[in-house]
Amino acid sequence: MKDIREDIAWAKINQDVLNSLENPRKLYWVILFVAIAMLGVALGCEVYQYNVGMGVSNMDNPHMWGLYIASFIFWIGMSHSGTLLSAILHLMHADWRKPIYRFAEAMTTFSLMTAGLFVAVHLGRVWQIYYALPYPNERGAWPNFQSPLLWDAMAIFTYLSSSIIFLYVGMIPDLAICRDRMHEGWRKKLYTLLSLGWEGTDRQWRNFRVTYLTVACFLIPLAVSVHSIVASDFGMSQQPGWHITSFPPYFVAGALYSGCAAIITLFIILRYVFRFEEYMTLPILKKIVRLTFAIAMVWTYLNAVEFASVWYSHDQASKDVLIQKASGTYAPFWWAMIFCGSIVPLTLAFKRFQTNIPVLFAVSLLLNLGMWLERWMIVAPTFSHGIYPWTWDHDQWPSFVQWGMVFGSFGWFTLLFMVFCKVFPSVSMYEVKEMVYHRSQATKKLEATGEFAAAGKGAH
Amino acid sequence: MSQRHILALYSNFNEAEAVVKELRATPIKGFDVNKDLTVKSPIEHPEVEEFLGNKPVYVQWFTLGGALMGGLLGFFLISAAQGNFYAQFKGGKPIVPFPPNFVLTYEMFILGGVFISVLGFLICAGLPARRSPLYSAKVSEDQIGILVKSDEGAANTLKAIFAKHQALEIQEEAGK
Repeated sequence: MKDIREDIAWAKINQDVLNSLENPRKLYWVILFVAIAMLGVALGCEVYQYNVGMGVSNMDNPHMWGLYIASFIFWIGMSHSGTLLSAILHLMHADWRKPIYRFAEAMTTFSLMTAGLFVAVHLGRVWQIYYALPYPNERGAWPNFQSPLLWDAMAIFTYLSSSIIFLYVGMIPDLAICRDRMHEGWRKKLYTLLSLGWEGTDRQWRNFRVTYLTVACFLIPLAVSVHSIVASDFGMSQQPGWHITSFPPYFVAGALYSGCAAIITLFIILRYVFRFEEYMTLPILKKIVRLTFAIAMVWTYLNAVEFASVWYSHDQASKDVLIQKASGTYAPFWWAMIFCGSIVPLTLAFKRFQTNIPVLFAVSLLLNLGMWLERWMIVAPTFSHGIYPWTWDHDQWPSFVQWGMVFGSFGWFTLLFMVFCKVFPSVSMYEVKEMVYHRSQATKKLEATGEFAAAGKGAH
Repeated sequence: MSQRHILALYSNFNEAEAVVKELRATPIKGFDVNKDLTVKSPIEHPEVEEFLGNKPVYVQWFTLGGALMGGLLGFFLISAAQGNFYAQFKGGKPIVPFPPNFVLTYEMFILGGVFISVLGFLICAGLPARRSPLYSAKVSEDQIGILVKSDEGAANTLKAIFAKHQALEIQEEAGK
């Protein structure tokens, strides 16, 4: 089965994608309404916490991070598969990425914007986020440039701005299509402004190709560095359970994993809501599913490496944290993480499930639940069973304020994402045309040489 | 002599390629195929570059410059800030420590590279731009446009070549 029909007319591609901007299914509005309601919960919690103080979040010493920083890592991780996978697949000339990369890149941008909020929220006094920015205070003292927390701020800013640029540059030819096809109104004005006068001249395409490739080359090491640096927030401390050499690759694999699972979820939603059945096809979904399965196995392996290296390191404090994770207060969540992260993805190995949309939707949600639990299980158990015995009776259960904020962050992300998909084309029109064109040309060549009949299948 | 802009639209790349080849092969007074010809297409098509001939792209030089500038700027700004601690007690640790500074230098290297690449793209691609004298929205849909600029005397010859290759539409406008 081919990834995409090779005989779709280019005009139809424009028409279908532009229709998605104006006539989504009713479910779109339901999702938007639910997202706004969820965001309202988070706003209520934040206002309450801001007015009353951090005590209402149930955070105390030593539990200074709680769900906020666990969710921060989760959202940073979620951002990884979009831009990183898009860039890698672009360099590898994997053209099946073309119908799906736009929304994946948008997912990156909005995940990072969500992640950034948690840093501010966990401070309580949100304005004090300026301590993470590189400028001196009133005494002329600069932030500590050797701190991974400052590296984090810089890495996330670089990643966010570069991802926005990558998303925008890749969208310019499509914005020109929107400009040419939309009726007069605010949309036409917006697209005219953003398309920068693009006309598809040979000069523009030539420079576009080199720029897009160059930015893609930069984004791959950048994305790896961002999550390695987030891992350094933990790995460079002396805390048991965190001071682990394999943390950076473990974090990067976890990030890719949760990002891929999110791509599956959003793929299924967008395919239905915007009637993209012809572009977001089941063979493409199958490829993402297989990729997710492979990454799930890498993540499982890295988990096993972490457990083994802690167990055989004879560092008693680290070993105690591991035992406490598996048998203490957090055990149900830790085992749920193992189940969702390592056992559930085994279903993806079965061919019959690789294109079964209801099963994949449920599995992708469970995978992301597992990945969220993973981040919580990194943060919380170490705080409640650190080196000092006075921490050992400090199991902490987050208050409804923390839970409300986490719940609302999904609403914030969904709201931004769905508004983006309604305003900007979430399927790249010009690249789908390229995909259709090149594949049909290759098929014609094969047919002309007689290899097509011999091979008994399509060009790709 | 006053100039004309002519835009011819074709339904596929083969026809456009045949036109460009004929324009190259035919000497036309008042029309330079290397300067006065622009191909507009709805997709990025490597064959267009082949039949138009190799034209240099300079974006990568912007990238190199931007990345080096970003990296150096990052390193020296951090070092200068760390120099403020000179008078303070450092416990024997270096004032400008290279390994931890490498991380931020690396991030700034990438930031500079990405930002200046995009700036280079805008400069090299001539964006933002005003609409050219002739533009058809069909180019952003499914047709390939060949836009030429020529002296008035050459316009008829060019239109004849376009028509010979079954142009779907020919538009003409007086230019500067």
